[in-house]
Amino acid sequence: MNSNSPRAVLAAEWTKVWTVRSTGYTLLLAFVLSTGIGTLIAFDWRSDIEHVVHFDPLVAALYSMTLGQLALVVLGALLVGSEYSSGSIRTSLTAVPRRGLLYGGKVLAGTLTAFAGSTVIVVVTFLAAQAALGPYRTGLGADGVPSALAGAVVYLTLICAFSMGIATFVRSSAVAMGILLPLLFLGSQGLGNIPALKPVLRYLPDQAGLELMHIAGPSSDGRYGPGYGSGAALAILLAWTAAALISGYLVLRGRDA
Amino acid sequence: MIEVTDLTKRYGNTTAVDGLCFRVRPGLVTGFLGPNGAGKSTTMRMMLGLDRPTAGEVRIGGTPYRQLRDPLRTVGALLDTEAVHPGRTALNHLRCLARSNRIPARRVHEVIELAGLEDAAHRRAGTFSLGMGQRLGIAAALLGEPAVVVLDEPVNGLDPEGVLWIRRLLRDLAAEGRTVLMSSHLMSEAALTVDHLVVIGRGRLLADTGMTAFIDEHTEAGVRVRTPEPERLRDVLAGAGIEVVADCADGSLRAATSAERVGELVAAHAVPVHEVTRTHASLEEAFMRLTADAVEYRSQRPEADLPGTKHPGTEQPGGTHR
Repeated sequence: MNSNSPRAVLAAEWTKVWTVRSTGYTLLLAFVLSTGIGTLIAFDWRSDIEHVVHFDPLVAALYSMTLGQLALVVLGALLVGSEYSSGSIRTSLTAVPRRGLLYGGKVLAGTLTAFAGSTVIVVVTFLAAQAALGPYRTGLGADGVPSALAGAVVYLTLICAFSMGIATFVRSSAVAMGILLPLLFLGSQGLGNIPALKPVLRYLPDQAGLELMHIAGPSSDGRYGPGYGSGAALAILLAWTAAALISGYLVLRGRDA
Repeated sequence: MIEVTDLTKRYGNTTAVDGLCFRVRPGLVTGFLGPNGAGKSTTMRMMLGLDRPTAGEVRIGGTPYRQLRDPLRTVGALLDTEAVHPGRTALNHLRCLARSNRIPARRVHEVIELAGLEDAAHRRAGTFSLGMGQRLGIAAALLGEPAVVVLDEPVNGLDPEGVLWIRRLLRDLAAEGRTVLMSSHLMSEAALTVDHLVVIGRGRLLADTGMTAFIDEHTEAGVRVRTPEPERLRDVLAGAGIEVVADCADGSLRAATSAERVGELVAAHAVPVHEVTRTHASLEEAFMRLTADAVEYRSQRPEADLPGTKHPGTEQPGGTHR
């Protein structure tokens, strides 16, 4: 095949990810937000346990991911968008002219980075929050915990990939963040309180994320989570991510650099 | 060898590149010249697979750029300076490029040395001056020891020492048998560096010829004559049917003829003459003349008094098509 070696492209993109300072900073920010908020919530609940409605040690630990995810959105947007803002996309494409190959390498390198970062963040946040919960804590092996933690890692990883797809689609990190941060932060948490919008909003990525992390609220109570279960949540998230990545690819393939 | 065949690029109703056909041969420095907006950069981007042609194609050593295996090993390119992530160090920028094209790591250090960037290798590219950015771009272009080198305005932003460096470098690359194409809008610079010219205007080929042939074809020999009696000299020249091209500030005249002819005429008419100088036509003059009709953005001032310059419009653009 007359093109670059896929392995070489992945190695180059991996090097690119780790030779800019923003990667370390955004992962650190995600870590601090998640563990910090998670631990604070846990302390708060422990000190006032009788006033907590629907106490769930998982929620105490993983609810902070809704903040931590924002840093991973920024990471994904910067990994792609900085190529456009700096003009280095032209250098990258002269080195790897097959656009699908370059894009695949970039998305894979970013996703692997997000996966590694998320794993550390989720496990540390869980352990820190459980330590803070003291007598009310649960363990890593408790019922539902492994799948919730795996769901959190998958969610954070996919959100970063989703962000890379959107940033490629709009060819800008700033525009991508402008779309995604409100969507993920305000969208369902803010607008979700309007009952009329709920049937639509429950399919947004962050709602699927809550479901995947088992923190959408008691499944018996329809007022809280979307209630479609983890399997459907995973499918919905994968669909969102695939749609974003394919849209990004079509723009990259079709437009002049 | 770069082969450009019927290359056309349209943006909506604007045709940036219009049916270009030319070849860039190995062993020579070929200048790619044209006024601003002539389509030089667009053509170069299409050579490198960045922009898709509306029609036609470019082949490099017989292969379209996008189908090259590890393209940096075949073609080295310098595009606009700012095509580097500002937060990455020069060394890491080159490492990433080398890795993607399976170029050995030691080559990264070689090009850093070659470009004189040893002291700046660990600095982030965003802190670089224009000239250093240009050196980093050249280092990246030479990373894969390519047989074909394509440089868009390589001397932009370089200090005099850097300009000299580029000039020598391009000559050396051509002497090694590589194909070297450099675009420039600075004719004086091109005149010192290139052997062969490809001139375009409004996206069309105006000339594809050797440097000397180009100047000879598009300028006329001229003479500057200094005399205390310019009025009489003017009459004498006019009587012999010689065009006086310009009056200079010091009272001398420029005429489109040979020094011998002037000498014979002034002797025959006993016109005192203090100085007769042959004026050498430059690439700049030849270029101005050829592209007079094809200049996209022309200043409002009338044509400068260039010796041997006919009035614009007397030469049909494209008259030197091969």
